[in-house]
Amino acid sequence: MKYIDEYRDRESVQRLLGALRSSVTRHWTLMEICGGQTHAFLRFGLDALLPPEIELVHGPGCPVCVTPVEQIDRAVAIAGGAEVIFTSFGDMLRVPGTRSDLFAVRARGGDVRVVYSPLDAVKLAQDHPDRQVVFFAIGFETTAPANAMAAIAARARGVRNFSMLVSQVCVPPAMEAILASPRNRVQAFLAAGHVCAVMGYWQYHPIAARFHVPMAVTGFEPVDLLRGMQAVVNQLEAGQAKVENAYSRVVSEAGNRHAQEAMAKVFEPCDRQWRGIGMIPLSGLRLQPQFADLDAEARFDVGHLAARESSLCIAGEVLMGHKKPTDCPAFGRECTPTSPLGAPMVSAEGTCAAYFRYQRPQE
Amino acid sequence: MSQSPPDFQGYACPVPFPPGDRVVLGHGSGGRLSRDLLTRLVLPALGSAAPRHLDDSAVLQFGGELLAFTTDSHVVSPLFFPGGNIGRLAVCGTVNDLAMVGARPIALTAGFVLEEGLDFGELGRILESMAEAAREAGVYIAAGDTKVVQRGSADKLFINTSGVGSVAPGQAVSGAGAKPGDVVLLSGPIGDHGIAVLSAREDLGFETDLASDVAPLNHLVRAMREAGPVNALRDPTRGGLATALKEIADQSGVSIELHEKAIPVRPAVRAACELMGFDPLHVANEGKLVACVPAEAYERVLQAMRATRYGEEACRIGEVGQGPPGRVTLRTAIGGTRLIDMLAGEMLPRIC
Repeated sequence: MKYIDEYRDRESVQRLLGALRSSVTRHWTLMEICGGQTHAFLRFGLDALLPPEIELVHGPGCPVCVTPVEQIDRAVAIAGGAEVIFTSFGDMLRVPGTRSDLFAVRARGGDVRVVYSPLDAVKLAQDHPDRQVVFFAIGFETTAPANAMAAIAARARGVRNFSMLVSQVCVPPAMEAILASPRNRVQAFLAAGHVCAVMGYWQYHPIAARFHVPMAVTGFEPVDLLRGMQAVVNQLEAGQAKVENAYSRVVSEAGNRHAQEAMAKVFEPCDRQWRGIGMIPLSGLRLQPQFADLDAEARFDVGHLAARESSLCIAGEVLMGHKKPTDCPAFGRECTPTSPLGAPMVSAEGTCAAYFRYQRPQE
Repeated sequence: MSQSPPDFQGYACPVPFPPGDRVVLGHGSGGRLSRDLLTRLVLPALGSAAPRHLDDSAVLQFGGELLAFTTDSHVVSPLFFPGGNIGRLAVCGTVNDLAMVGARPIALTAGFVLEEGLDFGELGRILESMAEAAREAGVYIAAGDTKVVQRGSADKLFINTSGVGSVAPGQAVSGAGAKPGDVVLLSGPIGDHGIAVLSAREDLGFETDLASDVAPLNHLVRAMREAGPVNALRDPTRGGLATALKEIADQSGVSIELHEKAIPVRPAVRAACELMGFDPLHVANEGKLVACVPAEAYERVLQAMRATRYGEEACRIGEVGQGPPGRVTLRTAIGGTRLIDMLAGEMLPRIC
């Protein structure tokens, strides 16, 4: 398959591994931002082939993982409403809130549906004018443009029974939060290729300069991952800190202008809680005032939510790169993909799920 | 990988997460949740009435004869999908469950739950497919039942089939017989059924000319057994190849290593899996089997498979080893290694 096979080619991988081995002279700690990259490392068994000097820590780039537990509780409360069709990306359904997840809401009779595109939720609202269709708009800059298009489409088509529960987040403020943490160990970033496909990488230059941290925009196949690693290792060894593009077949400096325009039309920056990490200033997106009538939080009064996390889960430490999933005492014991304590064990992009699926020590 | 010891500082006592108190769709996925439902609720509740072995069919001593006995309910949505329909699936599913324990399928029963309003034309075409599949497999439908429920109480049509087959003396197979040194054989490309059904679901909007592999495998199994010994057999249906091999490794107390490059996956299935984030190893098949065969016999068995209609693309995909019991690993295409596990929860809604 084109664009897949050549990037998973064993000989290319071995050649790049050899180059990486010969250029690394000391221990470096690299963070891959995106959960898709974490999964790729483990799914291909690439992490175990890396030179021992290179340590990977795994970043916060899993949209369902960082969605605050309070928003999940709010989703659960809204989805239980008799007049509501609650729509979401599939991963979100199994993420535990304080007491319940969305799958359990469905099992109790709630109308919870998986959609593959937010525009499908708008269509659902048109098809069911007597129901309230709510879409759970979560994710990074990757989902924001399509979610924005749903708001624009709902407005253009005059759909009044559609609303969005918004919990959008953005990558650059999280990178700054990680680098500013007194316990930070990250010395270089593999920036998230798909986020950069939308946003470009012009936002990253000031961060690289301010914290003197090299970055490479990196894709998701073994060859892509190795090229990104080679780029940052070269910089680390040379004492440089700039932003390079190791995923140029997809990403440009400026990104996708149309997508950015749609986002800017519908959303505006806001402070946002990150599950397990805490408040990061101006790290989120909320609906612009002119789209406020689509805000599900305003449309549905669910009363006071007393959100509570499992005290055992160390998701925040994992998402910040301070700890590995295998450092968690609950990993593979109390916490498994079928009964997750924390979101990283749930999602297809969650770090703990990746470790559980591909790497856990045998019971 | 960090080897630093876990830091327990600051941890509180675990708060047990409230256990789910209801059935969720994932309990029907054929993976880990399905197994949990069986081992935690169904089997304990049945107590002494519960089956002692969990294979595709029960094998019962019946006078001097060994009788294989099994049942399977079919709830696939939509009823018609590229390459088949619920009728062909209902016959093949039960025939294959019998074949996987080494039985010669003899007779099936068919129980129909019909939703008020079901089109007679659709029902007729489904029954024709059942007849055709039964003829192909060499079984007859010995008894049946129909019930009709109010519109909304079922989704058009559910079919339960049960089946009996005879097992020749010394010919019973199970998932528990794999031995270190065995070669793992697969009868053809994986994932066709799951992706074909998915493509027929209108809400996904992708098109493919892929067809389900749904087929009766009893003639293939017979050809294999005539060519050489077969130590373990499974059809990788719900939960896919990964779940089937994990079950064999668990039941047999062996490890299994697979070679990613050797596992055939059609380009359309690969593309769909890449797009939707599925692992082809977890996607359902309805006309494939995986077998563990002694190394000295595998070439003969493989030749015999390739000479049959549903085994033309059979191949060797791995080996049984002496590693930790139950451990299934994949040697990846780039030379790395990763763990293979059962499907954890729900992946695709109602695919069989």
